Amino acid sequence: MWDEYLFPQSVDEALEMLEAHVGEARIIAGGTDLTLQSQRRQVPAKVVVDITRIPGLDHVEERDGLIYVGAQVTHAQVAASPLIGSLAGVLAEACGSVGGPQIRNVGTLVGNVVNALPAADGAMALFAMDAEAEVAEGTGRRWAPIASLYAGVGRCTVDSCEAMITQLRFPALRDGEAGAFERLAKRRTLILPILNTAVVLGIDGGKIEKARIAIGPVATTPFVATEAAAALVGRAPDGAAVAEAAKLASEAAEPRYSLLRGSTEYRKSMVEVLVRRALTRAVARACGEEGENGNS
Amino acid sequence: MATLNMIVNGKEASVEVGAGDLLAHVLRDKLGLIGTKISCGEGECGACTVLVDGLSVTSCIYPALKAQGREVTTIEGLPQEGQLHPIQQAFIDVTAPQCGYCIPGMILSAKALLDENPHPTREEINEGISGNLCRCTGYYQIVEAIELAAERMAEKGGAR
Repeated sequence: MWDEYLFPQSVDEALEMLEAHVGEARIIAGGTDLTLQSQRRQVPAKVVVDITRIPGLDHVEERDGLIYVGAQVTHAQVAASPLIGSLAGVLAEACGSVGGPQIRNVGTLVGNVVNALPAADGAMALFAMDAEAEVAEGTGRRWAPIASLYAGVGRCTVDSCEAMITQLRFPALRDGEAGAFERLAKRRTLILPILNTAVVLGIDGGKIEKARIAIGPVATTPFVATEAAAALVGRAPDGAAVAEAAKLASEAAEPRYSLLRGSTEYRKSMVEVLVRRALTRAVARACGEEGENGNS
Repeated sequence: MATLNMIVNGKEASVEVGAGDLLAHVLRDKLGLIGTKISCGEGECGACTVLVDGLSVTSCIYPALKAQGREVTTIEGLPQEGQLHPIQQAFIDVTAPQCGYCIPGMILSAKALLDENPHPTREEINEGISGNLCRCTGYYQIVEAIELAAERMAEKGGAR
């Protein structure tokens, strides 16, 4: 499958290894996707550069209101992190939904982003949290908005043959803010979602002052329902506001007909249900009515 | 080829592996530890579950070289001094295995769970083995066996 398996000791060394094998070397972290993709010859790579032993990429920490998650942090670590649980509960819920325990123990949240699937649970929460990714490439490092990393199904704008994502960051939820993640699938684990959604909203003075709604897989990239979210702003966080936003989200979503995931009509209807559920839970948490995994 | 040095079931092991070799194949074909089963080959079914530094992983999609310097536990590593591990004994006592193919992976997932959480609820057990599929669908006895093992291990003061 591969000819060489390398363990760089620094990000710079990893980039040098990629450069030394132009186009034939690729970054690997957990490898839960790449190993299979390489076996199936979907993703060519002769040399793999394993970043899981580079010091300084295993952090989950808060600085100045932002939470930073390093490239080695697995879904299991995110899901179990008390910091994420209290300041970004929606991400903990999403990461706890990925695959099964064994996959979550190995697969990384950054890998979930690099794999660029429009159904990725962890990525959905990152869209709702308005995350950014730090990209390390030959010319240096830069922060990129999460949406800019997606070019289509399975296509990340950060090419693992020449660059890598070193960490993610997103604003910690503050008082009056909360999120929720919902997922519809044929069974509870080890299955891709028919639909998933992550929402985050903030309530101030009895009114919704901000909202973000991410939905997958209803487009070629994780879909941000901006109109639905905008319709919430300025409203009291009641059932009517939630129902209207859920309806707008459903109208904007364009799920494909899929033998695996169901008909367009069914999935469009279910978008409304899932978004309503997620918003309802987020409102309850933001109002301090539900403590667990929320921000209260 | 590269040299893979790891601790397998408490003993040092050193094997020559290819860059793309997967841990399940190295354990089975190079170390003769055929208790680790391969079924789907895609990390979906959990039959190949082993522990790496105590964490459950699907060894059929786990690059062998990732285990460099790590501790790997397979089903063969569970008995101590000729005695089956309490989880193994509980599986036998409640007749949890049917065809048996998923059982090594189930037991290792159960071990990872009980090491972390010695008194799991039924819901937590379900979650703990949610990455392991049993095609005989004998889940009730498997859950029962893990509950029994947890009870016995608590009585013995958490034998591992």
